[in-house]
Formats: sequence, structure tokens, C-alpha cells
Amino acid sequence: MNLDFSDEQKQLRDQMRRFLSEKCPSAAVRAVLEGPESYDKNLYRGLAEMGVLGAAIPEEYGGSGLTHLELCVVAEELGRALAPVPVSSSIYLAAEFLLQAGASKQKELWLPKLAAGEAIGTFAMSEGQGRTTPARISAKVEAGKLTGVKFPVADGDVADFAIVMARDEQGKLSLYLVELTAAGVRREALESIDPTRGQARLVFDRAPAELIGTKGDGWHIASQVLDRAAVLMAFEQLGGADGALEMARDYALERMAFGRPIGSFQGIKHMLADMYVSATLARSNCYYGAWALVSGAAELPVAAATARVSATTAFQHCAKNNIQVHGGMGFTWAFDCHLFYRRSNALALSLGAQSTWETLLIERMSAGNAETAA
Amino acid sequence: MDFEDTVEEAAFRTQVRAWIDANAPKHLEDELKRASFGSNGVVSEDPIAAGKAWQKKKAEAGWACLHWPKEYGGAARTPIERVIWGQEEGPYAALTGVFTIGHGMCGPTVMSWASEEHKRKLLPPLASGEHVWCQLFSEPASGSDLAGLRTRAVKADDGSGDWIINGQKIWTSGAQYSDWGLLITRTNPDVPKHKGLTMFFLSMKTPGVEIRPIKQANGQSSFNEVYFTDVRIPDNQRLGEVGQGWEVSLTTLMNERLSIGSGMSTGFPELFRYCMEAEIDGRPAVEDSSVRSRLAQIAVKQSGLKYTGMRAISALSKGEIPGPENSIGKLVAGATMQDLSMFALDLQGEAGAVWDEDSPQQGRFQAMLMRSPATRIEGGSDEILRNIIGERVLGLPGDIRVDKDVAFKDIPTTGRKKK
Repeated sequence: MNLDFSDEQKQLRDQMRRFLSEKCPSAAVRAVLEGPESYDKNLYRGLAEMGVLGAAIPEEYGGSGLTHLELCVVAEELGRALAPVPVSSSIYLAAEFLLQAGASKQKELWLPKLAAGEAIGTFAMSEGQGRTTPARISAKVEAGKLTGVKFPVADGDVADFAIVMARDEQGKLSLYLVELTAAGVRREALESIDPTRGQARLVFDRAPAELIGTKGDGWHIASQVLDRAAVLMAFEQLGGADGALEMARDYALERMAFGRPIGSFQGIKHMLADMYVSATLARSNCYYGAWALVSGAAELPVAAATARVSATTAFQHCAKNNIQVHGGMGFTWAFDCHLFYRRSNALALSLGAQSTWETLLIERMSAGNAETAA
Repeated sequence: MDFEDTVEEAAFRTQVRAWIDANAPKHLEDELKRASFGSNGVVSEDPIAAGKAWQKKKAEAGWACLHWPKEYGGAARTPIERVIWGQEEGPYAALTGVFTIGHGMCGPTVMSWASEEHKRKLLPPLASGEHVWCQLFSEPASGSDLAGLRTRAVKADDGSGDWIINGQKIWTSGAQYSDWGLLITRTNPDVPKHKGLTMFFLSMKTPGVEIRPIKQANGQSSFNEVYFTDVRIPDNQRLGEVGQGWEVSLTTLMNERLSIGSGMSTGFPELFRYCMEAEIDGRPAVEDSSVRSRLAQIAVKQSGLKYTGMRAISALSKGEIPGPENSIGKLVAGATMQDLSMFALDLQGEAGAVWDEDSPQQGRFQAMLMRSPATRIEGGSDEILRNIIGERVLGLPGDIRVDKDVAFKDIPTTGRKKK
């Protein structure tokens, strides 16, 4: 049994951590939070140059030809550093859609650009308030032209193309690749709880749309890709949870009250212990998800939902208690606690909210996978 | 990443599986599988005799205390082989629960601290299941603060070098069928509490030892009070130096947390099965959205514990020492089991208050409800475990101890002001 990363993968983790501590200190996150740019272009270019954007993209499509395990390692470190870059939209989602369902020409055209950071892709599914279900999709494609409104779309303000869930001429759900710079596309950046990750409204009015995957298979493909993205996102959340825990621990060691470090008080110590418990459960579940992702296991749907639910719980738990450990200072703009808090709550909603994943997990377990997850 | 055995591990597993298949008491299998936490295991025959018989059989074939050295009754196997044995033993492992404390805690302490002569005398019959051991640590006035214990050991005034023991222990699992006990005492009340302790072992048949079962809150009696009245112990039954008892006890406690925390069930598979069977408004409970949400949260805890264990096994398989993540096991499992049992009863509606053989799964969840408070206390309370995680894993400072440099006899014994 080897439920662990290899030595080479651990080296990659260390390399990523060094790179991000230099290129993505909290000042870089704040520059996006407070500035006009919706992501850190230098950082994104740096990641492309390191070859990590294309970690799980085959070499024939301009990637590094490693595995999704390396991408999991990368995701965890991006999460820890709160990296303000569109990796989840472009790599966990758009590249996965292309890899899973794209025609050769689509892959040849877009994957090298995604790996090189020269193009950004995203996934446009939600059409407004509430849980996205098949019945909620009303965007429609007729004669190769897409009409409808998608929001929110993560990184939709900067993406070059989106994979869009829409109804085909028969009213069946299908996926379309739509270039967002084309005529017939209007996009508006949206204010959000985490401005370090862009959100947009995309309005399509007879925009050119190219089918990706089999017609009528859209929901099924999206479900498969979302499972794969959920494992990667869970690693990003895990990194964030660990980062928030570490920040809280360090403050508890340094901050004095009543003549002693606050970490010596059980009220603080036990809160930190519980954060460690959440993060540890999430880590173990993430490793399970990573195994299912790379091994092509039939239990990937259960493993992905498990990792996702656990990591969402851990990141939210650690980020909110990080503020609590810091007391009033934790609620200032100057301290980084709110960066973790914003990110934890934004990531909890991307790819579908926690309640959606909880439902998926139990649906999938009751469909016959209970033994494997138990 | 994989869940596969190495070639050596697979060969070992095959060997173990074949032996268990040929030798396990299969007539007890169903009963053992049905048993839940907080209910009796084997009831169709004497559970202690059944446990001793299985342990003896294992010992004769070289499968007892796999990780112990051969000269002490073990098999000198690697940690990963011990894990594989445990996986393969499956439900039959519950049969030998009577030896958990002896094999997991008393044995390692004797191995670390006793004379060679005593090790060769005491350990083989412990390994083979001939002798049962108990741990005489907690007292009515010292639980989490174990070093506050009051049982006195005083040198006999006859020049024999013997020790005379007086006092009371409590929460002693299995004292009523134990042959030997590991006993921590106070030998010097004039020094700070951790410095005046001394460890001994003794036969539970020694004159002056009286065992009284405790009727627990759930109605069972698996724990005992043990009273010592002028019990005489020869000095060669001392483990470690006089005054070194605290250090000796840490060997035991470290092992206690390891053996109790690993592989604990939360009861999730049983709850899930129940939610598949139970109905809400004519539909399976598992289709209800609030049920799904609660179940999912419990599922990820169960799964997180399972894969945390597998990460530890992965480290063992590579010959590494597992990280500190295993310290979360009992903390998570205990609280989860308690929440889970309350949730299961909630789904039973008003009938959840009834606890008889017609209750779902023979009253398993009612039994769990009534037993689970103890899980959060025994072997290190939730609060002590959080201190351990906070201090040893996260590196936070210890609490300020107001009794640290005070002679034991001067430490206050009540929080109320004396009238």
C-alpha cells in the first residue's frame, strides 16, 4: 500500500512552495484584490514557464506529460499561497473538457495554448440563483449560434473561450466551445466575495458555438469533468486550509495576553487542534481522491465527492477560526485572515455548492458504492 | 499511489489468510459480526474462554503478538506484517479484546522496564493468552491528571524491602478476570507530584486486593474499582527506579493511545444501511435531503479516518514511522459515534426511545448512544487529546501548571473554600 506522493512529487511540492513564496507573497494577492487586474499575469506566466499548467496535458499537446498527481501537488500549493490565477477554470476545467471530450482539432488548437498560459479557458454552466439542475439550463444553440446568459462564470472576464452548457436544436443538453472575443459575446465583470478570483456575466447573442463531445451528452460529460476538477479543487482547498491553520498557529505562539502566549489557553489550543483534525481528515480524503483520479477507479465519483466535501469543510473551518484566533486584528483589512476567509467561501461555491456535493456523495454511495467508501 | 501489497506483503497475506481460514472459530463468526460497540460480543459461550482459546491457537502457530521478540512469545514480525494480520483476522480480532490492554500497554511497559528474568517469565504467558493483564492507573481523584494519584506505597518496616500498598484504583478494565496488574503508586508525597511516583506489577490474587465491578451508566459492568488494603509487594516487582513511575507510565500511555486510536469504527456503515432501509413518508430515508447532508458529513469523517490509517500503513510499508496524524483517530471516532447514534434515533422517531430486540439492527444505535460517552473519556479524554495535538503536533506551549513545583501533600484537594 502506498497512499502517498512519490519522492519526486514531494520535490515538486517543495519547488512550488519556494517559487510561490517568492512570486506570490500576500502582497501579490492583495495587488489583485485592490488593483485593476483580475489575475496576476506575471505569476501565471511563471507557472506556465515552470511547465506546471500543462502538468497533466500530454506532450503531444504541448504539456509536460506528467500525471494528475503532479497537478494535485501543484493545486495544493496554489491553494496555500492563495494564488490569484485562473488555474481552476483553465486547467482543472477547460483543459479537462478538451482532454475528455474534445476532437483532435480542438485539442491541437487549444491545449498547447492553455499549457503555455497563452490562452485561458473556462466553463459556463450556471444561469443564476440556486442550484444548477438540467431543467435550469435555457441557453440555446441554433445553427451553430449560441444565445443565452451565463452567470456567474469564474474567470469569465479574462477567458479566451468557454465550454458552455446549452440546449441543442432538439433541446438536449450539449457542450459548446465558444470564443469569448467573437461577435455576439458581451461580458461584464461582477463584484464578488473574493475579488482575487474573477467572476463574470456572459451574455451570448447568436455567438458562434462549436460542439464539443457528442450531442446530447453534455450533462454526462460535465459530470465526469466536474468530478475530476473536484479532486483538484479539493487539493487547492486543502492547501488553503493548511495555510490558514499555519497562520493561526503562528499567531497563537506570538501573541501575548494575560501574560502568556494565547496558544497556551485551552480555548485557543483546542480550536487549533480541531482545525488540525479537519485538515488531516481532508488530506486523507484528498489522497483517496487523487488515487481514484489517476487510477481510473470506478469509485472516482464517490472519491471525488468525498474529497470535495471534506476539503470544503476543512477550508471553511480553518479560515473562519483563523480570524477567531487573531481576535480583532483578524478583522482588519491589513491582516491576511480575510484573504483566506474570502477564498474559502468562494471555492466552497465553485463547481457546485457544498449541499450539492453532499447530495451527490450520498446518491452515489446508495447507488452501490457504500462499501468502498465505508 | 496504490492500495496494492508488495510481493512480500501479498505472500504474507496469503499465508495468514489460509491459516485463519483453516483455524478460526467459524461458529462464532456471525455473532461477532453482529456485535456492535456497546453490546456484548460473544454470548453463546463464555467470551473469556473463547478469547483465550483463540489466542492460544494463534500462539501455538506463531501468530501471537507478531511484533514482539520471539524470546518473549512474539514472532519478531515487521509492523506492516502486524497490520496485515489484523486486517485478515477481521471479526475474530474482537474475540481477543480481553488482551488488548495486556498486549497493547502492559506488555510494552514490562518489555521496556522489567528485568530480563521477569520479561522471560511474564511475557510469554501474556502473549499466549494464558494470562490476562490490567492497568491500575486511574483513581477517583486522578483521571486526566493522573500524576495526582493517591494510592500509597510505603516500605515495610520489617527490613524485608517489601512495599505495603493502600488505596483505590478505578476504571480498571477487565480486573475481574485479570491475573496480573500494572500498578502506579505514590511513594513520596513530599516532592512535586510527578516526582514521587513508582510503578510495580503484581498478581491480582495478592492478599488485600479487592475487585468490585462498577455498574456503568449504560448498565454494563466492564470496568472495576480495585481496592488495596495492606497489600505486600516484594521490591523486585518494581519497574524502574523509586520515583521514576511517571516516566514508566508514559510508555504505557503512549501505547494506550496508539492501540485504542487505530482502526476505530464510527458506526457509519451500519447507519448507512439503516438509512437505506428506513423510510420517511414512504420513501427511503437516504433520499431525504437533510438526511443526505448529515450522512455525507459523517461519511467523510469515516472515510477520512480510514485513509488516515492507510497513510500510516503506507509509512510502515516503506519502513518509515507514521506521522502524528494518527492522533486524531479516537477524538474523531468517539464524537462521531455519539452524534451518529443520536441521528439514528432521531430517524426512528418516537420509537427511537424503545430499546429492545425489535429496535432497528437489534438496538445497535441505542447501545452506541449509551456507550459512546465513555469513548470520549477513556484512554485520554477529548480534551487531553486536543492538548496533545495542540502541544505535540502544532507545537503550542503547555498550560501553566500551578501545582508544578509544589510538594504533592500541599496541593489543594478541593476548589471550595474551607468553612
